[in-house]
Amino acid sequence: MRRLRAAAAFATVTALAATASACGGGSDTGGSGGNDSPKSLTYWASNQGPNIEADKKILTAELKKFEQQSGIKVKLEVIPWSDLLNRILAATTSGQGPDVLNIGNTWSASLQATGALLPWDQAAFDAIGGRARFADSAVAAAGAPGKDPAAVPLYSLSYALYYNKKMFADAGIAKPPATWDELVADGKRLSKDGKWALGAEGANLANNIHQVFVLGKQHGADFFDSAGKPTFTSEGAVAAVKQYVDFMAKDRIVAPGNAEYAQNQSLRDFSTGRTAMVLWQAAASTFAAQGMKPEDWGVAPVPVPAGTPDAVKNVNSMVAGINISVFKNTHNRDGALRFVKFMTSDEEQRILNKTYGSIPPVKAAQQDPAFGAPDTSVLKETLLKSAAPLPQVPEESQFETAVGTAVKGLWADAAAGREVTTESVKEALTKAQQQMPK
Amino acid sequence: MSSPSPTAPPRSFVWSRRIFLTLLTGFVLLPVYVMASSSLKPLQDVSGRFRWLPSGLTVRPYLDIWKTVPLAKYFVNSLIVAGAATVLSVVVAVFAAYAVSRYRFRGKRVFTVTVLSTQMFPGILFLLPLFLIFVNVGNTTGVALYGSRGGLILTYLTFSLPFSIWMLIGYLDSVPRDLDEAAMVDGCGPLGALFRVVVPAAIPGIVAVAVYAFMTAWGEVLFASVMTNDTTRTLAVGLQGYATQNDVYWNQVMAASLVVSLPVVAGFLLLQRYLVAGLTAGAVK
Amino acid sequence: MTPPTPAPTAVGAQAPPERAERSGPPRARRRSSRAPGWIRRASLPYLLLLPALALELLVHLVPMVIGVVMSFKTLTQFYIRDWTTAPWSGFDNYRISVDFSAPVGKDLLDSFVTTCLFTVASVALCWLLGTAAAVFMQESFRGRGLLRALFLVPYALPVYAAVITWAFMFQRDNGLVNHVLHDQLGLGGDRAFWLIGDNSFYALLTVSVWKGWPFAFLIVTAGLQNIPKELYEAAAIDGAGVWQQIRRITLPSLRPVNQVLVLVLFLWTFNDFNTPYVLFGRSAPKAADLVSIHIYQSSFVTWNFGTGAAMSVLLVLFLLVVTGGYLLLTSRGRKSADV
Repeated sequence: MRRLRAAAAFATVTALAATASACGGGSDTGGSGGNDSPKSLTYWASNQGPNIEADKKILTAELKKFEQQSGIKVKLEVIPWSDLLNRILAATTSGQGPDVLNIGNTWSASLQATGALLPWDQAAFDAIGGRARFADSAVAAAGAPGKDPAAVPLYSLSYALYYNKKMFADAGIAKPPATWDELVADGKRLSKDGKWALGAEGANLANNIHQVFVLGKQHGADFFDSAGKPTFTSEGAVAAVKQYVDFMAKDRIVAPGNAEYAQNQSLRDFSTGRTAMVLWQAAASTFAAQGMKPEDWGVAPVPVPAGTPDAVKNVNSMVAGINISVFKNTHNRDGALRFVKFMTSDEEQRILNKTYGSIPPVKAAQQDPAFGAPDTSVLKETLLKSAAPLPQVPEESQFETAVGTAVKGLWADAAAGREVTTESVKEALTKAQQQMPK
Repeated sequence: MSSPSPTAPPRSFVWSRRIFLTLLTGFVLLPVYVMASSSLKPLQDVSGRFRWLPSGLTVRPYLDIWKTVPLAKYFVNSLIVAGAATVLSVVVAVFAAYAVSRYRFRGKRVFTVTVLSTQMFPGILFLLPLFLIFVNVGNTTGVALYGSRGGLILTYLTFSLPFSIWMLIGYLDSVPRDLDEAAMVDGCGPLGALFRVVVPAAIPGIVAVAVYAFMTAWGEVLFASVMTNDTTRTLAVGLQGYATQNDVYWNQVMAASLVVSLPVVAGFLLLQRYLVAGLTAGAVK
Repeated sequence: MTPPTPAPTAVGAQAPPERAERSGPPRARRRSSRAPGWIRRASLPYLLLLPALALELLVHLVPMVIGVVMSFKTLTQFYIRDWTTAPWSGFDNYRISVDFSAPVGKDLLDSFVTTCLFTVASVALCWLLGTAAAVFMQESFRGRGLLRALFLVPYALPVYAAVITWAFMFQRDNGLVNHVLHDQLGLGGDRAFWLIGDNSFYALLTVSVWKGWPFAFLIVTAGLQNIPKELYEAAAIDGAGVWQQIRRITLPSLRPVNQVLVLVLFLWTFNDFNTPYVLFGRSAPKAADLVSIHIYQSSFVTWNFGTGAAMSVLLVLFLLVVTGGYLLLTSRGRKSADV
């Protein structure tokens, strides 16, 4: 009797689960989205300004313009970075998502693989004025090579070397370092009396990845081969990671405390004069907010290896930025394209990128004098000439987690005074590679 | 109140109590002090080396918290969600615990064991499935669970339900059956007996369970981060808004935390006397 | 669940011998079955259970079944959009998880061991602090009410707020902890790291105990109220001092409460996600890599939901075994209490 009941209960649960899973997945509206609600759009924006409320204010003003032009009402939600990817994943699994959304450009290939985003084929690009309007490097960071991009670049950024002019002058250094050797040499002169030369975010996985990726390029290494297989343990990759961690372990120009930084504490150290240099993307507004005067800091391109060899080894930044994308399950495909066209129009690109301190990926907008200030022009030049996108592979997130964690662990070793050797770096990277899906 | 011994406790006891409680108070209050003092410092000072005594005081953080993040909205959301989840959870748990404690029926053990075992599932395992179910329920019935406060209330009330039931079974078991029987003799039905006699007698347990249910809902981060949107976001998630792309506004996080916790602590202060009102008070018919 | 222990609880004290012919002395609870019309109201208990059952089914059981199904699939970014199309992978996810010679399995094992150590330490400390405080505060003294509310403060703060404050205090260069240990007490040579490296275990433990012990305090305080005063009076007449009363009356009487409390704390701590997540972010240091955060990383962060689900299922199985063993052990001799 009891067994019968248990069996019945089990059957009920299974049946319920089956129902739930049968209608799971986001295939309600078919492949390419419908147009059954032409008068409204939902837009998930990422946090670009000083805080969520500021973003809301900035974007709402622009969305009003769009509503006037098109009659489409855009429902805006600004989502904090801590939640954005999880929200997108949940939307992807359930099919219940926004029409248009911002994504970090490093997620492009992974999200592309899910098939949840509208592919930007020729026709779609034509609807927003053509692919040629965008900087190549920015479009290259919008999906796997050889496939229609999963997104369109919206805000672009690159890395630059920010340095404290006064600390440089006090140490008798005339100009910012152009090569890593110079940086280390300068760094040794700067690191004294409780002050340090370079800041790092040792516990921030993404930041670790950005730095070692660039150093890897300079050592002739990619973290993935052309077939998309991980090659974390190549000689160049090991050398790159070691070089980065050695700034603390061997050269001693990074304060040990930086090993635990993950919340941009290195910027605070910089703006309060505790460190002389940071490698960062568009930090001007942060410095201003932290009370550092614009004339106190300078910007230079991120150093490269001595001897300036070929173009690949001259890469000194990843292509950072935000892409805008259309969710395949949209109920207003035409409106969504129209909205993307609006957001990537020359005029909006100027306004928004100026407000956020980023560089417009739209070439025409880059000409605006606002992007010719000393700092933004360095970022812009870097973006146009020497920036490369992070590996556009579906396993990018795994890569970031595995290698980022490995580098974090090496920082911790360095900070604790343990030796960081080629072997220990290789071992950490081997472990990271073994964690990648086969 | 209920003194365990009619004679005064010995010195060794009084001194142990004093030392222990003092140390414990220090441990409890240390972060609270850090919060309070940091919330009154300018960001520059908070981000610098820790000092016991702030060099300059400012109330700016308390004014800024409302602008950086829609704190009031998040607070109201949290209050509604946690409050409703608590009330519902306690009611549902009292019914279930009463059934288990007072009745003999087939499937009782299966029920109690199943309920308890649900507490073992790591949230990660069922976050996505639950999300799928909510979306599908929404699509088929039109009841919007995803993104709504209702969905979150439902989720949280179920989170605290298993332990609430388990704890209440214990508390109800310790309420003498003579009480319900006397009530039934007086003409109450089983539910009448439950509400007029058993519940009042089990107030401390119910309050403890309610506090537990409230806090479970009050602090949950993972599900709230996926299941809420702009308008329904709760505090637990919303407070993260003070850690922005550029900077962590430590002083504002702490100020906001104190501001939102104050009403909850005040609530506890009011409730704590029911915690000890106890069987003796409730048992008087 | 909490029928008579050897201790003279209220229940035990009330157990009437005259019902023996029907249910036997330890089954005091069945007395209600004497209520007139028991058979007619046979459906009442089911009705009372219905809301709880329905909710558990919707929010826990059905999603769990789906989770189990997921664990047998290759559920990566390529399939999450419509996971019914994800290929079945048999026991592959499980095989990967328990292959302790490969890094994935070894990491899971390490994380599991860390979690076990952490949980045992945290539960023991929470219970100890909570019980001690509750017992010390059983008797009235000036300021007791205030202190009681104060002790619930860690519980009242939103988890994020509390943990971020601890993270703030644990900072190496600017934090309070190192300020006290290093600058003021002059301990050790170098400033210690608390948020990375081996010390992170203790940082996590501290936060967990700080956050968790008020719950034990709350439950034990409520439990103490049900101990009949007469027991203490009788003991006092027998000449038992305060300490002896605590040992002979208070602690034994708390056994039923403790049985549930320890289990609750155990399951809770074991599955705690919020604390390590806020304290360390997406990737916890090895010494504090709790299994919940590990699974989060293996599923959400790396988009491999199948493996994450398999790990979760293994975890549930483990917890079921532990809980079952625990209940058997603690209910020994009074198993008959349940139907």
